[in-house]
Amino acid sequence: MTAGTTATAAGPATATAHAGPSRGRPARVWVEQIMGMPVSVHVRGRDAEFGPDVDTAVAQAFSHLRRVDAVFSAWRPDSDLRRVRRGELVESAAHPWLAEVRALCERAEHSTVGLFSATAGSGGSRVYDPTGLVKGWAVEGAARHLALASGIAFCVNAGGDILAGTSRGAPDLGPWRIGVEDPRRRTRIAATVELVDGAVATSGNAARGAHIRDPRTGERVVRDGSATVTGPSLLWADIWATATFVDPSAALQALRRVDAAYRCLVL
Amino acid sequence: MRRITLWFLSTSTALVLLFSYHTSTAGAGGSAAPVVAVSGASSGTDNGAGSGTDSDSGSRTSGSDSSSASSQTYDGDAVQTRWGPVQVQITVEGGQIRVADVLQVPMANHHDQQINSRAVPILNAEAVDAQSADIDMVSGATDTSEGYLSSLQSAIDKAGL
Repeated sequence: MTAGTTATAAGPATATAHAGPSRGRPARVWVEQIMGMPVSVHVRGRDAEFGPDVDTAVAQAFSHLRRVDAVFSAWRPDSDLRRVRRGELVESAAHPWLAEVRALCERAEHSTVGLFSATAGSGGSRVYDPTGLVKGWAVEGAARHLALASGIAFCVNAGGDILAGTSRGAPDLGPWRIGVEDPRRRTRIAATVELVDGAVATSGNAARGAHIRDPRTGERVVRDGSATVTGPSLLWADIWATATFVDPSAALQALRRVDAAYRCLVL
Repeated sequence: MRRITLWFLSTSTALVLLFSYHTSTAGAGGSAAPVVAVSGASSGTDNGAGSGTDSDSGSRTSGSDSSSASSQTYDGDAVQTRWGPVQVQITVEGGQIRVADVLQVPMANHHDQQINSRAVPILNAEAVDAQSADIDMVSGATDTSEGYLSSLQSAIDKAGL
């Protein structure tokens, strides 16, 4: 624990559950099932009437996610990723997103000193699987469409990983209050984060058992708890949440070196 | 012994983000009594009439709902998880989530039961807790809870909270 403040949960509750200025703002919500998970988009505006550009932006955001799924799906046999894996398609002839994501995966592996890796599995059966990075990257791409609608604040929740933002000309619509669940007593919200522009991502075994592997050994990470990272980019918050869950102290050391804008909560 | 370790990585960040802990549900949000997860048959499926569940959650503030006719019940979309469909229902009174019920839960085999005995009651309680904490979204582990939370999220969306 090299980096600063340590707090135990034995103390009194310090959170104030207040109704921020966001409360009561006109809001609209869309939900679609994409990439095997429901993705919800919340939009706030100054007035109850949202312009047609908001509908357009939301539709474009969802269609971006569907396009990403068509290219990167690990389940759909016709995805570019699967075709490249089978040798039916060379990566240079595939969708340019593949090269972009592969470069990001390499950067992530380097930045996290190997705590995050897109090469799954152990021993000789290692397969390139960028799924752990694609979700955050895809939501960021979708959010760029939302940012084009006029005068709104938006918040996207993709399976517990969250990205909030505002578009140009947006008035102060207040922050989004994000609750981080306590992985051991999930009746509780362990922490809250207020976001206007930024991301929150959580990694852990709480929902489906030990499924995260330590890329350095190929072994499953067997422990409870979770790691939550908040910062400007969902892509990187998600990567660092995974890395931090794998090895908190090594990840935190690495993160401090490369980016000061992220904070971690290890539960 | 529960341990929460908090690392603040940066002191000079452009972001003003604060983590705060809820170590007790006795927050300022009102109606902060410990929540009993209510699962199984939900008698009040058709829009309200007190949602039929306050008998076992008498400690909550819902005793006042007799007069208000504003109670409404919303069904979340059934969401496919890898273990089967999960669907929730919430009851909203005066803009507050009062009750979150599980409508359908995969219980086909032992594995499912293990998962759901852990995930579902907790998520029920969390749903209500989340409201008492006055939050807009929940960040947490994905997959079973992903399906579940999103279903709840979808119910909240319909409620227009």
